[in-house]
Amino acid sequence: MAQTLADSLHATVRPRINRAPSPVLAVCTPWLLVMFGSLTPLLPLIASAPVLPPFGFLVLVAWQQLRPGLFPVWAGVPLGLFDDLFSGQPFGSAVLLWSIMMIALDLIEARFPWRGFASNWLLAGTAIVAYLLAALGIAHHGAAAPTLLLPQLLIAVLCYPLTARLVGKVDRLRLVRVRSV
Amino acid sequence: MAPPNNRRPGHSRRAQYGTFLGYVIAAVGVLVGGGLLLASTSNPAAFGSLRGAASDVTAPVAQVSARARTGTNTVLETLAGFFTFGNRVARLEREVALARVKLAEAQALQGENQRLKALLALGETQPRPIAFARLIGSTASSSRRFALLGAGSAQGVQIGMPVRSPLGLVGRVLEVGRVASRVLLITDSESMVPVRRASDGLEAYATGRSDGTLQLRLINSTSNALKPGDAFVTSGQGGLFRPGIAVAVVATPIRDGAIARPLSDPGASDFVSVEPLWDEAAKGPDLPPEPGTQSTGKP
Repeated sequence: MAQTLADSLHATVRPRINRAPSPVLAVCTPWLLVMFGSLTPLLPLIASAPVLPPFGFLVLVAWQQLRPGLFPVWAGVPLGLFDDLFSGQPFGSAVLLWSIMMIALDLIEARFPWRGFASNWLLAGTAIVAYLLAALGIAHHGAAAPTLLLPQLLIAVLCYPLTARLVGKVDRLRLVRVRSV
Repeated sequence: MAPPNNRRPGHSRRAQYGTFLGYVIAAVGVLVGGGLLLASTSNPAAFGSLRGAASDVTAPVAQVSARARTGTNTVLETLAGFFTFGNRVARLEREVALARVKLAEAQALQGENQRLKALLALGETQPRPIAFARLIGSTASSSRRFALLGAGSAQGVQIGMPVRSPLGLVGRVLEVGRVASRVLLITDSESMVPVRRASDGLEAYATGRSDGTLQLRLINSTSNALKPGDAFVTSGQGGLFRPGIAVAVVATPIRDGAIARPLSDPGASDFVSVEPLWDEAAKGPDLPPEPGTQSTGKP
């Protein structure tokens, strides 16, 4: 859908020659998409248990895997601050965990540059499980049973490939050549 | 194919320093995050105003989507209704027959109650709600259970006010913005509501388990007398919730209490009401409020 949209934009806007992507769009879209993911608590769903995946985190991991180096290593700080405003976790929890995740993914990316769908999913799944367990420990001072998270862990890990697809489509839209040079 | 490593800055000193600075900022970010976390766990209200401002900004959008939720619920229920029509009619007829008997009993009790109250010279204690509003969102991806309420200080909502639906207690207000506020649901693990059994006044505490159920802990646990189906209402101890608001029904008794199901599902209730602060001291001067039994912990 988005791909055909991007294609039709490519086709209708004007020929590709002498056109360049808009720098504003190219730079802002990834940040806005992560922040949009952090707004999950505003969904009209009053959940009685943790069920929804942490979409902000998923989108950030997906961007990081699709385009390593697109976000600066410190991107976890401002994005985590924004997420903390809405997530319900104790303030600072996402700043801490997202920063650690950004540094860890950066190191892993430099160490193992060869990737495929399965290895990406495995790495992202590990990151998601570690993040959710750490967030549970922070929110309950380590006193909660991890079985509480089982449905959410399953949903989040299964949601990751879809999120990565979405990020891929948005990446195409981000680089549509709209500006004449 | 291995992607090109585009973070090797080459021989440019400026680019090398830029990369290095990025890592330094990230490491500082980890420390800042840890510091914020320490500050917010030692004083949970510390960043309340920031969160309140954020909720105020996003509340109008959430209000619209909450309205959509109500619509969807009705459509789904309408469709489901076609398939369960016969069953429900039969069940409802049985329930009506039972309810007629119960109603007669309740009228008798009400009369008796009024007589006794007149004897004690007590006034009617049903307070007028401060505000009616929708729950416009919840922390569905966190293991803490908060909901966002579409009313704030502009509607007269204050910190600590109980929030209830027609079916029972939902939670209490924790942080207040101008047009939105944050509600600690009774199913959160930091929420603790003093309750008593509706039938005989057996006292207990209801703590959330963060998975949609409550844990009831008996105060005098001499022997576990709880049975599935026992209804619990607020006892009014601690002075936060007025007595008599329905809270939960026992589902499975365990060793020192029971696992209970909350009576009001905040996801199913369209509007909730915010009730005024209930102060035990104002009702009976000879009953001092107990400072030791704060009925809800801060997160």
